[in-house]
Amino acid sequence: MIVAERKPLAEIIDMVKDHKKILVLACRGCVTVCSAGGEREADILASLIRLGLKKEGKQAEVATGSLVRQCDKEYIDGIDQWKGQYDAIVSTACGVGVNFIANLRDGDHVYPALNTTFFGGSAEQGVWREQCAGCGNCVLHLTGGLCPVARCAKSLFNGPCGGSVKGSCEINSDVPCVWQNIYDRMGTLDRQKELSVSQPIRDWSVGGHGGPRKQVRDDLTV
Amino acid sequence: MNFTPDIRLFSCHYTCQQTSAMDDNGLQHLDFPKNISINRVVCTGKIEITTLLQAFEDGADGVYVVGCPMNTCHNVKGSQRAAKRVETVRSALSELAVEPDRIKMYHTPRGLHHEFIEAAHEMNDTITELGPTPF
Ligand code: SF4
Ligand code: SF4
Repeated sequence: MIVAERKPLAEIIDMVKDHKKILVLACRGCVTVCSAGGEREADILASLIRLGLKKEGKQAEVATGSLVRQCDKEYIDGIDQWKGQYDAIVSTACGVGVNFIANLRDGDHVYPALNTTFFGGSAEQGVWREQCAGCGNCVLHLTGGLCPVARCAKSLFNGPCGGSVKGSCEINSDVPCVWQNIYDRMGTLDRQKELSVSQPIRDWSVGGHGGPRKQVRDDLTV
Repeated sequence: MNFTPDIRLFSCHYTCQQTSAMDDNGLQHLDFPKNISINRVVCTGKIEITTLLQAFEDGADGVYVVGCPMNTCHNVKGSQRAAKRVETVRSALSELAVEPDRIKMYHTPRGLHHEFIEAAHEMNDTITELGPTPF
């Protein structure tokens, strides 16, 4: 899922300080699952915005609403149900949601409540870890399913750097060296020999270095 | 300054049960401050962050939660959850440049013990010292 966390309150309050009717808009997708921008978090944020503005001597109505997702046009159209009830939207969706509102709602002020951080998952309650960087050319079939792009600090493709120490990455001993993990796992799978094949220089244009990416599925367009 | 704070207490059934059987006189007899309003909940683990924030929105100068001892909550983890939520509100208050001590979590033995009354006095003193809500 896309993982995100709330921005500092001072930053959010500064964004909305001149608005009088604010809609804090939750997303019931990924950000609900990672407890950053679902209905519960939107209610909390609305309350905090009211308190923050009040403390600064400002008056504003702050309401909440939610959409199934904020990354599809048909759901964004649902914003019409609050027509006339807001002069700014604070979206608690990931950056995709905020962009979608900006793309599709000419004239609507929209602000991000979250910092969108990474694609990850939660194996223990309350802890999320990055797993994939959306590089556009997946190599997990070569690495036993563990990602060297997102989970190696240097995104190395041909084994660890010289800083790998006792299974930890050189950037921080709390960070596992994913290349150690890959090596160990390939051993468990009896595939370690495959790791001696050098990976060629990579074309990063599909990984975002070639400009914004777009995907068209002819079989789905009508 | 002559200031009597508006303090809201959220307490679980198990720690403040007996107070519900008492009228104001009974509570005062126990030396429980008159300016603290008691909100009894089934378990402190049921208290949402929004409920605590709403108390501030409604004008509370201070808010506190009294639940079971940390590791022996009647509902196993209720008072631990409450403590986490109180902590979340504390850091949110700090973010808003408001004294975090305006909210506090207490863990006291079940039943009406002196710790329950002491918590009330401590909170009353803290909030009186901090003064009226900045909201
Ligand atoms: S190799 Fe690329 S697509 Fe595959 S998991 Fe890693 S970042 Fe994601
Ligand atoms: S120590 Fe391991 S994870 Fe860290 S940068 Fe080197 S190879 Fe990558």
